Amino acid sequence: MKPALVVVGNGMAGMRTVEELLKFDPRHYDITVFGAEPHGNYNRILLSPVLAGEKTVDDIMLNTREWYEHHGITLHAGDPVERIDRKRRVVRARSGREVRYDRLLLATGSRPFIIPVPGHKLPGVIAFRDIKDVETMLEAARNHRHAVIIGGGLLGLEAANGLQRQGMDVTVVHVTDALMNQQLDKPAAQLLQKALEGKGLRFMLEAQTSEIVGEDRVRAVRFKDGSEIPADLVVMTAGVRPNIALAQQSGLHCERAIVVDDTLQTYDPRVYAVGECVQHRSATFGLVAPIWEQARVCAAHLAGAGHRRYVQQACATRLKVTGVELYSAGDFIGGEDSEDLVLRDARRGVYKRLVLRGNRIAGAVLYGDVQDGPWYFDLIQKRTDISSMRSHLLFGQALCAQAA
Amino acid sequence: MNLSQDHLAVRTTCAYCGVGCGVKATPRADGGFDIAGDADHPANAGRLCVKGSALGETIGLEGRLLYPQLREQGALRRASWDEALDRVADKWQSIIAEHGPDAVAFYVSGQLLTEDYYVANKLMKGYIGSANIDTNSRLCMSSAVAAHKRAFGEDVVPVCYDDLELADMIVLVGSNAAWCHPILFQRIARIREQRPGVKLVVIDPRRTATCELADLHLPVKPGTDVWLFNGLLNYLAKRGAANAAFVATHTLGLDDALAVADLEPEAVAKACKLNLDDLLGFYESFAATEKVITGFSMGVNQSSAGTDKANSIINCHLLTGRIGKPGMGPFSLTGQPNAMGGREVGGLANMLAAHLDIDKAAHREAVQTFWASPRIADKPGLKAVDLFQAIEAGRVKAVWIIATNPIVSLPDADQARRALQKCELVVASDIVQDTDTNAFAHVLLPALGWGEKDGTVTNSERRISRQRAFLPAPGEARADWRILAQFAQRMGYAGFDYESPQQIFAEHARLTAFRNTPQELPRVLDIGGLAKLGAAAYDALEPVQWPLKAEDESQQGSARLFGDGHFSHPDGRARFIAAAPRLPVNERDEDYPFALNTGRVRDQWHTMTRTGRAPKLSEHIPESFVDMHPQDALLSGVREGELARVTTQWGAMVARVQHGGGIARGSVFIPIHWNGQTASDARVGALVNPAVCPVSGEPEFKHTPVRVERFPVKWHGFILSRADVNLGGVAHWTRAQGRGFARYELAGRNSIEDFGLWAKSLLGVNGDDADWLEYADRSEGMYRAVHIVDDRIEQCIFVSSRPDLPARSWLAGLFGKEMLDDADRAGLLAGRAIAQGEDAGPAVCSCFGVGRNTICGAIREQDLKSVAQVTACVKAGGNCGSCVPELKKLLAETLAEAAAES
Repeated sequence: MKPALVVVGNGMAGMRTVEELLKFDPRHYDITVFGAEPHGNYNRILLSPVLAGEKTVDDIMLNTREWYEHHGITLHAGDPVERIDRKRRVVRARSGREVRYDRLLLATGSRPFIIPVPGHKLPGVIAFRDIKDVETMLEAARNHRHAVIIGGGLLGLEAANGLQRQGMDVTVVHVTDALMNQQLDKPAAQLLQKALEGKGLRFMLEAQTSEIVGEDRVRAVRFKDGSEIPADLVVMTAGVRPNIALAQQSGLHCERAIVVDDTLQTYDPRVYAVGECVQHRSATFGLVAPIWEQARVCAAHLAGAGHRRYVQQACATRLKVTGVELYSAGDFIGGEDSEDLVLRDARRGVYKRLVLRGNRIAGAVLYGDVQDGPWYFDLIQKRTDISSMRSHLLFGQALCAQAA
Repeated sequence: MNLSQDHLAVRTTCAYCGVGCGVKATPRADGGFDIAGDADHPANAGRLCVKGSALGETIGLEGRLLYPQLREQGALRRASWDEALDRVADKWQSIIAEHGPDAVAFYVSGQLLTEDYYVANKLMKGYIGSANIDTNSRLCMSSAVAAHKRAFGEDVVPVCYDDLELADMIVLVGSNAAWCHPILFQRIARIREQRPGVKLVVIDPRRTATCELADLHLPVKPGTDVWLFNGLLNYLAKRGAANAAFVATHTLGLDDALAVADLEPEAVAKACKLNLDDLLGFYESFAATEKVITGFSMGVNQSSAGTDKANSIINCHLLTGRIGKPGMGPFSLTGQPNAMGGREVGGLANMLAAHLDIDKAAHREAVQTFWASPRIADKPGLKAVDLFQAIEAGRVKAVWIIATNPIVSLPDADQARRALQKCELVVASDIVQDTDTNAFAHVLLPALGWGEKDGTVTNSERRISRQRAFLPAPGEARADWRILAQFAQRMGYAGFDYESPQQIFAEHARLTAFRNTPQELPRVLDIGGLAKLGAAAYDALEPVQWPLKAEDESQQGSARLFGDGHFSHPDGRARFIAAAPRLPVNERDEDYPFALNTGRVRDQWHTMTRTGRAPKLSEHIPESFVDMHPQDALLSGVREGELARVTTQWGAMVARVQHGGGIARGSVFIPIHWNGQTASDARVGALVNPAVCPVSGEPEFKHTPVRVERFPVKWHGFILSRADVNLGGVAHWTRAQGRGFARYELAGRNSIEDFGLWAKSLLGVNGDDADWLEYADRSEGMYRAVHIVDDRIEQCIFVSSRPDLPARSWLAGLFGKEMLDDADRAGLLAGRAIAQGEDAGPAVCSCFGVGRNTICGAIREQDLKSVAQVTACVKAGGNCGSCVPELKKLLAETLAEAAAES
């Protein structure tokens, strides 16, 4: 009899690991997958286009139920695991189903952070995490007018754009003075804000939500200064938290997330974890590129190949927010010891900034024209000395090649 | 349909140098004019140099002085002609009444037409009664005039241009003819193609463009020409190369001249710092070649020994009898279009008129009788440098400056500025509103410019040509002769009721013939044959050389003079002049270790009030420079491409260091053109010592001791802008005219906190919604910004802490576009096309706009071996040919590089 692999979490990280594992040895394990959502595996990143009406749910499915069947994988969708008994090596799902494992892979992802202001549990207050949230939003868009997005990060802006495209009147509320402060520096954020304002979105920056007002449904959002704006729908996009409740409950060592080593193994040698729920050398993860790498490494160890090691690498974000091209990578904020190269063409909607440290690129923010992003990313990763091309650098690879 | 406008073409004469080329101006449908060489003019036979070709770009009315203006409480206000001329006349009358006629003066110009000059001279010497009329020709060729008078008894150029083509050897002394007299130089170049045996020797401390075609270049130590030619005189005498019969019959004074010329070639080589073999080669060729022309120009004239230098040259021609016959003679190449015409009518303080002398009573009596004037000046007036010193000293209280810019062009030009600051009444007749000099004028009078004025000029070969008007008088501008005549009438003088330049010319022609008989006051200058021209004949006058006596039946004029061995001295003999060699007045020392040489660049003219307007002419050399030897630069702590402060005892300026490769150690060269209108601090005149030749009064422009030091700056930059930019607060700037924009080169000593704010305020860009692109690398001190208006580039500014700015040419080209495309826009802040497209490099051929890189690339890739091939390949050099010497140089360099690589 084959050893049993149980995967908790039917999301992108878990299924990518399974796919990588199948590449190594399609018959190594009997695989059982538990998922909280009642679907196959889909590309969560593409929920925004679904909300905006550009794609359908079918378009974003990664692995259909047929795929699971074809590979002999047992899928329990819509049945989240609620307990892990590590002594008996058994998981128990909400339905009461128990499955024994030889290896367990935790891919529980993250859950949205709901700011615990009064009224946060009112109907009409949701996050933007899964297909159900999208359905709720589409429903609201059909029946209501005012949407308020709390949290002006990438996800919030995508939600705002989607809801606006669905006909809602959208205000984005953000606690700091610049949008997308995780991915953009302030000038880029201001350009973005201006561009989105041009499309009809409204923004309230440095705004502290004090209460969500309503009786049987949300009616308004109130701020610390006492002012109020009408809201029929509130979408909380104020960040996510690694989903570690299950791991903690089962006694696995967690800090901010489930702590794993370079093989993605947790403190229990039979239990592995990948994705947004893990913490590797004090870092947690949200972008897709490092998670794909985790999946690759983890699968190798699950397959018993044991020849890979997970190494963190600088990440680049290439984003497209409602038609605006953005690219950021590395340390794009900089500090006392860094130097900046900056280019602005406001009319054309272009902003580029490179942060240099010791004749090397430490980070890059590109707005509007991201063509050279991968090249800069490559230079960051290779730690290339750029002093000889410094004066051409920001004008792109073509010119640097021409000038060399 | 034939749309030719040919029948509307006006034939006139070029506004620039003394070659005096014929120009055809043909109106275009768009209101402009096509400028071409006049194929029927004997000076140029249809060819024009780059400056002449660009005349059409200089006739717009931007910046023109169009109305009389009076300065009141420091500010100029518009006035009527009557008010302005009354003001001047009242003031002159009161000054003359109180202080005498020598308290007023005219300072005029070789840009004036003969008729203008004639009226000014007549007014001053015959009516006001002073000889205080001098001219910027004093700065140019007065040494040649004085030398001619000493040697021949009269200011006569004995040769003609055709002689250049008949000679077997041409010696150019102190003349960068390739740049300063390009059409003459092209004639020399062509004859050498047809007759490769013709030798060209260039004597010049600098290795100029002219040297590129020479068989021999003698880089004399500055100021030692007299040693060289005295040595030649001695060599010729000892070699038996003298024409004893000619000397015996037609000359005097050889022994005295030889007595001070007792120099063996070895001693000459030492004094002149020349290679002895080269020197002997020159001496031998000169001795062995009968048909020799010795052309000389500012390198000879502009010296405290200028007259002696010219005479030491003439001595050699007298000794060998090589004068007055085809293909030989000494040849003064004048710098201005009508320097010669001014001399004919007496427009210098030490002449009278029509080659009559101020210090001879019979001459004075003749002129006064002819003019029927109330008085006649009886002693020479103040020469240029003395005049401005007298103004500062308060002895001259009113000066009227016509068509010249002395605060830029005089030596010790800061002194000239002080003089005008102190002067009670400064009147300036000009065609431009803003000049360094006009800033001090109390009365500004608008004159006619080239293309508007009508009269005659005389070129270096004594050829009188018509300058004809093809443009209407702009605003209230008037001809200079008319302004002067109207002023004279206000002063109450009869004899100025001229109605046309033809009447003035006829009077002048009659005066040249007046008492001009062997028995009375014989002069070679006699154009009595032109005295009877009616208005129509004057209008139609074809270029003709003087003399042209009334009794001369052929009416063809005279190509060359003194062929009969008869000179203008009363005894008919020419004089050898004993010219004892002497060094420049101010020698180099520890504090001022280099000798400053000044001169022209190829594509600019004088103070750039005209050539500075032509974009085509700004491309060759866009800013002032100090050319020096790399070793001297090293010793002075300056680097090529960076700015240097150049200082003399008299003044200082800032220029960019250049290693042109043509300058010997111990000397530096700075061009004369830049001034307060075109640069923050580039008036080389302020540096030049005021020493003058004791005979001619011509200043020593070619030798002032200078010091060169770093001009430290924090940043370098440039601006290209459609509108003019006020750069008052910037430490260093130069302006050059581009096609549709002004180009400024900048450098600053201030720290700039916020580049964006600073740049926007400098360029006058308001508001956040301006289409403003910027690039910043703050820690490198680099900032670039471009301002777009309606999809056109409006302005751009590039700044860097190092002088490593991108080439201006690609950005400059964008000003010609009505709409920038995406590719253009992407390259803006890079300063270059980001996709394909090559940088053509700095312009070498201005006519076709061909850059250095294009030319060198073609030479390498197409394996070109000759200038003709280069021209065939990339067109450079195919029009005016001014850049042919540079092409030769590039060809040699590129081939040498290629050879070294292979």
